[in-house]
Amino acid sequence: MDIATGGSIQKADLNKSANATDWPATGEIIIPMPIFAPVGRMFLAFLALVGRVTVFAGRTVGHMVTPPFYFRLIFKQMREIGYFSLPVVAMTTLFAGMVLALQSYSGFSRFSAESAVATVVVISMTRELGPVLAGLMVAGRVGAAIAAEIGTMRVTEQIDALVTLSTNPFKYLVVPRVVAGLVTLPMLVLIGDIIGVLGGYLVGVNKLGFNEGSYIRNTFQYLEQLDVISGLVKAAVFGFLITLMGCYHGYHSRGGAQGVGQATTNAVVSSSILILISNYIVTELFFTR
Amino acid sequence: MSDTAKISLRDVHKSFGPKKVLQGINLDVGPGESVAIIGGSGTGKSVTLKCVLGLLVPEQGSIKVNGTEMVGASRSTREEMLAHTGMLFQGAALFDSLPVWENVAFGLIEGRGMKRKQARDIAIARLADVGLGAEVANMSPASLSGGMQKRVGLARAIATEPEILFFDEPTTGIDPIMGDVINDLIVKCTRELGACAMTITHDMASARKIADRVAMLYQGKIIWDGPVSEIDNADNPYLQQFVSGDIEGPLDLDLKHL
Repeated sequence: MDIATGGSIQKADLNKSANATDWPATGEIIIPMPIFAPVGRMFLAFLALVGRVTVFAGRTVGHMVTPPFYFRLIFKQMREIGYFSLPVVAMTTLFAGMVLALQSYSGFSRFSAESAVATVVVISMTRELGPVLAGLMVAGRVGAAIAAEIGTMRVTEQIDALVTLSTNPFKYLVVPRVVAGLVTLPMLVLIGDIIGVLGGYLVGVNKLGFNEGSYIRNTFQYLEQLDVISGLVKAAVFGFLITLMGCYHGYHSRGGAQGVGQATTNAVVSSSILILISNYIVTELFFTR
Repeated sequence: MSDTAKISLRDVHKSFGPKKVLQGINLDVGPGESVAIIGGSGTGKSVTLKCVLGLLVPEQGSIKVNGTEMVGASRSTREEMLAHTGMLFQGAALFDSLPVWENVAFGLIEGRGMKRKQARDIAIARLADVGLGAEVANMSPASLSGGMQKRVGLARAIATEPEILFFDEPTTGIDPIMGDVINDLIVKCTRELGACAMTITHDMASARKIADRVAMLYQGKIIWDGPVSEIDNADNPYLQQFVSGDIEGPLDLDLKHL
């Protein structure tokens, strides 16, 4: 039995192999450390993946700043990624703003701080909920679609066909999607922020009994430019990561329909995790000085 | 031959992990010549073609196209070579997101920067060359039959009037009559362009019709190379078994499960 595969080794087996390996035959049953080899393999595979993704991102950025530029494809992808994601982002942020108003009212009323509801809603939406919720929704909708489309192109030799037609697949497939993600996610988040605040306003005025004018005044009174800008920067980072992960996993998909399905899953999972990690990093960069 | 050959392969090796697929391929394709590489599944036909196109990089050997070394060549050298080639893929590999005419005109628009209007006119003319009407031009590739997709793929391959044409299993997956139509179109287009052609196939009827010369690939090497007229009289037992399609013979095909 290979020690790397784990499991137990009976004494008889051990004695047989002892001559070759000079292992001490000390016990009836030896239980090797089956956990280290798989953990080590996973760690090395993870490092290799990080390296490949980094190289892929570097190539993408390099092609983003060198001609030719496919502006028609960039605008097409902006429509696909941005415009068609608007309904799902609007619905998500609307209800998030409404729930936030209800929850914060419920909490703040315990120490008579109901007037802070509007401020909490707008700061939460612009700093965190707007970009993160929009990012996660777009990751599910767009990241999966990109991985599936490029993955299908890979397994049906369409990417090879691009090469034979003197077209760089990176410039033609990857760059337009990443640029579109980078540009449209902040736009989506800005709209999402407004809709989320509107949701809070609707609940505050119609359900919680706030005065319309005072709610709007409280909304803008403590809102700072940095709150909005930090959210938009996060959105740009998320847009880059979502489209990059979709393109990476699609571009490297193998093995027909199953491979494309796996690429789609990997794109959504990896971009969702990266959204949450990068959200923390950007927040720390902006607000812990 | 190699000094004047349009395509010249010398001692080309390619492995995938421990699996040695190509083990020293030597092959020349002359100007205006049509060569078919035949062989069973998994013998390395597609890998040979992808190495010539630069889609795969061989570990060892030399591949020259128009006298220019392609192994280790720069991107610009490779793009220059690809600008003079056309390729028909096994599954046609048409771009789903584009209508038929844009597929055909893709190399003209993206590769040569031609105006879309002019490229569309040429695309419709190329579609006519392969027996498809202008009404097909605006259709989606997904709405075409397999035979029509192959014809669109052929129209795309010849749209830029290349000097070298590659055909990957041109008759696979379509009925024998449509296969014969494709074969006739390949012969017609190749002759009209005066191009040299490299075809990989396991369809002997296709090889006999398309090719001037046939090379048989087995276990990563060319084991027979000669004019198509000599196939039936060749004394190579491997070739004879492949041509006749007999189960019994020296070819070590994966038949153990039968």
